[in-house]
Formats: sequence, structure tokens, C-alpha cells
Amino acid sequence: METLVSILAAAVRSGTPILYATLGEILTEKCGVMNLGLEGIMLMGAFSGFFVSLSTGNPWLGLAAAFGVGMCLGLIHAFISVSLGGNQVVCGLAMTMFGGGASALMGRGCIGMTIRGIDGFSIPWFSELPLVGRVFFSQDVMVYASYALVVVLYCFFTATRPGMNLRAVGENPKAADAMGLPVARIRYLYTVLGAGLVALGGAYISVIYNRFWAESMTAGRGWIAVAMVIFAVWNPFQAALGAYLFGGVEAFQLRLQAAGTSVPTPLLMMLPYVMTILVLLFISIGKGRRVSLSAPAALGAPFHREERE
Amino acid sequence: MDEGKKSTPLVEMRGITKRFSGVTANSDVNFSVEAGEVHALLGEHGAGKSTLMNVLYGLYAPDGGRIFVAGRPVTFRSPRDAIAAGIGMVHQNFMLVQTLTVWENMILGLKGTPFVLPGKKIQNRIAGISEQYGLEIDPRAAVWQLSTGERQRVAILQMLYRNARVLILDEPTAVLTHQEAGRLFRTIRRMTEEGHGVVFISHKMNEVMNETRRVTVLRGGKNAGAAMTAETTGEALAEMMMGRKVPLDLYRKPMRAGPAVFEADDLRALNDRGLDAVGGLSFHLRQNEILGVAGIAGNGQRELCEALVGLRALTGGTVRMGGANLTNASPRRFVDRGVRYIPGDRRGVGMAPGMDISSNAILRRYWSKPVASGAFIDWKRSEKLSRQIIRDFNVSAPSPRTPVRNLSGGNLQKFLMGRELSDSPKVVIVMHPTWGLDVAATRYVREQLLAQREAGAAILLISEDLDELLALSDRLAVLYRGRFMGILAEPEGVPPEKIGLMMAGTWISEALKDSAPENGSAKEAAS
Repeated sequence: METLVSILAAAVRSGTPILYATLGEILTEKCGVMNLGLEGIMLMGAFSGFFVSLSTGNPWLGLAAAFGVGMCLGLIHAFISVSLGGNQVVCGLAMTMFGGGASALMGRGCIGMTIRGIDGFSIPWFSELPLVGRVFFSQDVMVYASYALVVVLYCFFTATRPGMNLRAVGENPKAADAMGLPVARIRYLYTVLGAGLVALGGAYISVIYNRFWAESMTAGRGWIAVAMVIFAVWNPFQAALGAYLFGGVEAFQLRLQAAGTSVPTPLLMMLPYVMTILVLLFISIGKGRRVSLSAPAALGAPFHREERE
Repeated sequence: MDEGKKSTPLVEMRGITKRFSGVTANSDVNFSVEAGEVHALLGEHGAGKSTLMNVLYGLYAPDGGRIFVAGRPVTFRSPRDAIAAGIGMVHQNFMLVQTLTVWENMILGLKGTPFVLPGKKIQNRIAGISEQYGLEIDPRAAVWQLSTGERQRVAILQMLYRNARVLILDEPTAVLTHQEAGRLFRTIRRMTEEGHGVVFISHKMNEVMNETRRVTVLRGGKNAGAAMTAETTGEALAEMMMGRKVPLDLYRKPMRAGPAVFEADDLRALNDRGLDAVGGLSFHLRQNEILGVAGIAGNGQRELCEALVGLRALTGGTVRMGGANLTNASPRRFVDRGVRYIPGDRRGVGMAPGMDISSNAILRRYWSKPVASGAFIDWKRSEKLSRQIIRDFNVSAPSPRTPVRNLSGGNLQKFLMGRELSDSPKVVIVMHPTWGLDVAATRYVREQLLAQREAGAAILLISEDLDELLALSDRLAVLYRGRFMGILAEPEGVPPEKIGLMMAGTWISEALKDSAPENGSAKEAAS
């Protein structure tokens, strides 16, 4: 029982960076822009978050910096894909390469350093609930914020005017434009905000989870998040489910490693990724139709008003 | 209105010019709409009607000219500005977001909507407007669940909800049944009684003559004439549109249908979403005969065509030709048997638009002699072939090396017809052959189909244009939700209202009840 609770609690923690990245990408994709640069943006977020925490001694400034850096990268992506009508896949891949390289270069001096990070605290009353209390409510503030974000995003999409405008722009930008919505402005806004959330996910790894910096420390979590968006069929609640599933397998294999099984470590480390592939496989077989129905219809397509057919 | 003194129009456009990368779509065009009138905008495809209206709706910025609303000059930077000035447009393919509900679409982009959406309040207001104009709709339904006629009602409501004084309707009846069109005209009359101005874009001369007060005709992007509807005739307007006289009637030679060459029995197929689209169709195609299929878009037409040429898997039923069983055979076996397909999606399915004419000319025969010689393609031969098609089918194209993408709609369709019809087909499956074509090209395409009929082909003609179906078909089937409501053996004698009823889901026996004596021939009711 004790082991189970601690594995589950660890699952939530290690799933949190993926949850932030997935929510950020959902926000971006809902308005019709596809950003495949998640891995690079997370790395830049991880580095800038760590660097600012280290140099100022204030981890909160570190998180804020990461959010800002993410938004800047999102702005570049928005400029290329919205204003220039460029290929979003290529631009995203370039962002991944750039983020990986730039963070590795700039982070050389940070290797081997550690920071104090942000400590967790239990939420009174809630944390006393059996099982759920120790798994979900004895964490740190960024985990709690991610719960709120899930709920807020869900309500935003379904019940608010800007949320509806966002969906309309992602589904049928032509119609949205004809109804007088500023398509480009809306796409800019959510591409930038989404990238900020993605970078925050990266910063969670370096500032709170590991408290050190290492080259490529996101280890493909950005790509996992891209997969989780599809797994979640663009629903924030299912995004949480997917992120914690990945986190759970991750926490489980770390336990096995620590317990010293005879299974080779590289094989264990592969587990979460293998699981992602399997989940996507089952989704495509079982829910394939639902995925294609829930995907924003204009995802990845640039919009120009005066383009004639 | 005051005697003698002219009232200020709701909207006036003066000297509008609009160019698209060198092509002039509108040149010095004048147009105006007054309160309480229906003003028809007539013209052939490419005459610049849609461009002019898109300028009025703020979608295109004009390169020259001015727009006045109630006498005051305005500049529209986007549809938002046009809506604010009381101008609303209902596009041909409705600018609606399918995944949103009716009421959500209604308030899309509307200023002054609260942050958290007050669904109930909005629904009540929609109900009020619905009643006032006779536009019944369930505000909570998602748009993708609605029929085309209902979607149009939503699109009109959307504009009335925004207090539009001027409504632009772009070919509103093209997608409607006879009954639905009648209902639309009642709504339009209510709108003009309330003081709205309506711009009515249409090709259909009888609608223009019956339902409008004034007519403006465009040709080649310029004003070609204007008249009060009551003081002009359909012939005069047609001549203004085309700049010359074009006979409108077709001659369909009386012929005896030959033996059945293509038989479909209890055909079933799914659509792309995996739902039933074709639900048990049985029919046969005979030599020297055109079987027309009427129906509103989205009732299984495309799926039926694809199932008949091997492009869509059958989930049930059989297809036979002569002695051969072609059930779930590959498209190439259908081609080898002499089945030719002219799809509704000409650019997507019919052509490879980026490739040149001579490559497209051999898409269906590159694998066999004489075009193929071993593993190689004889390009000289394909070029010769394409020149032949260009000449025989009056395609206007600079050279066989021109990419198909650069052909106009009419020329592309002529070329496609040429490719499919130039090697004496046995069976022709053709969908929406004249959709989007101008009057002259339409006439040409129809003549070619009749020529094939006389040459002995068995033709299945799927169309949404009832006039076209009645002019060409020897027999007429009516498709509704993937089933035939019946097959009329002598469609000319049947009133269009009855066919309209069948298109809306009434069985043939029910629809023809009152006129049974004169339609004893309609006994061939299917399923």
C-alpha cells in the first residue's frame, strides 16, 4: 500500500511537465496552429528557468522567465505560420532543433550546479483524504496550479465567448473571418500563450523536479506531449489522464531500477515511450474515428482572406 | 416613398474595380440596393458577381471605387465593418462552424457578448426572430446535424440577428428543393416588408422574373445592363448576360432504350465516417438511355458513384456487367470493361491539377498500348492524344504542356469529358457535370452527354439541378438518404412539386397519389 501510494504520488509529479506541455499544445492546436517545436521549447524553458533561479536565487523568477522565453518562441512560430503562411511542420521541427542546440550551448556553465527549488506543501483537510490525499494533495504549488489549469481550460473552451471564438477559428477560419473575428490576432494570442505553458512544463523539470540542469534533460517529453494531445482528443481532462499514465510508468520503472532488478536499465527506461506508442496504436484502432472528428478541422492550414479557389 | 424625389439607397457602390494578380474581376461597376426591394444580380460564372458582393461585405478590398451606406461614404477593412454598417451576406456554402451549435454560430464575432455565454437568453432571442420571419430552427442543434435547407436558415438568421438591413443571398436556391425554395421566397418577402433590402444572386431566370423588383446584369466584370424586372423579359436578360443569343432549349432525340448492360442489385456502402450512405439500391443501366438521379446534396450521391466504379468498397449487393461479376472489383477492371467516370470533384478526383494536359490525358491508359511501350511512356503519343481531345472537345488551352490547374472551370470539364468519352464508352457515370459552368459550357456538356446516348452508351447522370435532369433523363430516380424513393419512367410528365416531395423523403406511391392515372408508367418503384 505504502509503495503504491508513493508510486502514484510520483506519477503525478513526473506527469506534470507533460501535462503543462500537452495543455499548451491543446490551446495552440484548438485555434488551428500546429506547433511541433514542443521539445525545443521545453528545453529552452528548462534552461532559462534553471539559469534565472540560479543567478537570482529566486525560483519563482525562474518560472516566470521560462514562461516569457516560451512566449517569445511562440511568437516566432506564430509569425512564420500565421503572418508568413509558412509550413508549420517544418517550422516546428526547426524550433525543436534550435531549442535543443541553444539550450545545450548556453547551459554549459550550469552543469553540475544545483538550486534550492520550490518545496511542496500539503493542502489542509484535502491531504488527509485516504489515498487521494497523499497522491494529489501533498505536492507542490505547480502541481496544484496544473489541476486548476485543466478545469479552467475546459470551462474556457466550452462556456466562454473567447473560448468559442478560439474553436471557431480552428474549425473554420473562413467562417470566423466572415463573422468578423480577427483570425490572425486570435491565432497569435493562443500560439504565444500555448508556447508559454509548454516552456513552463520544461521549467518544472529543471526547477522543481530535478533541481539541476543537464543537456537534453526533457528526454523526448515534448514529443510525448504531442502524442498526448491526440490521446486526449483535445480534452484537458483526458490530457491529465494521459500525462499521469506516462508519469506512472516512469515512476514505476524508476522504482524497479532502485530495487535493483536484473532487467537491464536501458530497457526499463524505454518503458514509458513504448507505452506511449502502444497507447497511440490502440487509440488509432479503437477511437480513430473520434480522433478525426475532434481534431480542429483547420489544424495546420494557413489562412489568407483573399485567396481564391 | 416620395413622388418624384428619389429616396437614398440603403447601399450604393460606385465605380468598383477589383483585380486579382493581374486579372480584373470587377471594372468600374455600379450597383445599389433600396429599402424594401429584391434586387437581382445576374451574370455568368466569372462575370464578377461574387467578387462584387465580397467587396460589399468587406472580404475583398476594392482597388478603385467607393461604397456609400445611406448616402455616407464608408470603407470596409473586414466583414466586421460591413456587419456594423448593417450589411449581411449568406454565402453559397454558408459560413458556419459545423462543430458549434446554432446559437453559438449566431453570436460568433458579435460585439458586446458577455464573457460567460448566456445560452438561454440568446436562444430566446433566436426564437423571436425565427417566428417573425418564418425561419424555424432548433437553436441547440449542432450545425453538422442540420440539412442544407436548415443550414441556410441558420445563415440567414445569423445576419438578421446582427440587425442586417441589407442581405446578400449568393445563389440561395441552388441547394434547395422546390418546397424549400418556396419557403425561402416567403421569408424574403417578409424581410422586404420589414424594410430590408435583398440582393439576390441567381442563374435561374424564372426565379429572377418572379421574385425580384430590379435586375442588374454583369458581363466580364462590367455592368452589362439594368432593368426593372416588370419591364424586361428572360430572353432579353439572357442576351445581356452572354452578349449574344444562345438557344436555351436542347433537343433530345426520341430513342428506344437498348438492352441492360450494367446491373446493380441491393447496393450498400458506407460514407467516410463509417455510416450508412447507400442503403440497398437496385437498378440497371440500358444502352441509348440516360438514367437521372435527383436528390439534395449529401444523400449518398458521391458514395453511390464511387461504389459503381470500384472506388468505394461495397458492404452488400452485387454489380454485374453482361456476364461478368464486378462486385468489389478494382477500378481498373471497371475501366477495362468500358465504364467511364466523370466525378463531381473535377480537380481533386478527376485530374492531377499540377500535371500538364498531356499527362492528365493518359491517366486512365498509361499502362496499356499504344501509350505505354514496355516500361516507358510514349510522350509523343500522349501529346498527340491530348491535342486530339483539345480539338474535338473545343478546349481552350495554350498547349498540351499547360498545367491543368490553369484551365478555367469550363475548359477543365470539357477536357475531362473528352478524356473519358473519346474511346466509345459503354457505361458513363457522371456527377454534377455542369456545376459551376457558364451557360455556353453547360450547353456544350449536355450536348456531349446526349451524343453519347445516341452513340449507344448507358449513362447514369447524378445532378442537383432538376431542370438539367428533366431535360436529359429518359428515366429519373430520386435519391433520399441512400435509398431510391422511386424511379419515374416518364419524368417529363411529373410536376416538379411531386419530385420535390420525393427528394424530401416521400415514397413514389405516396407522392404520385393524386396524379396516378397519367403516371401509370411509374410502376418501377424500387426497394
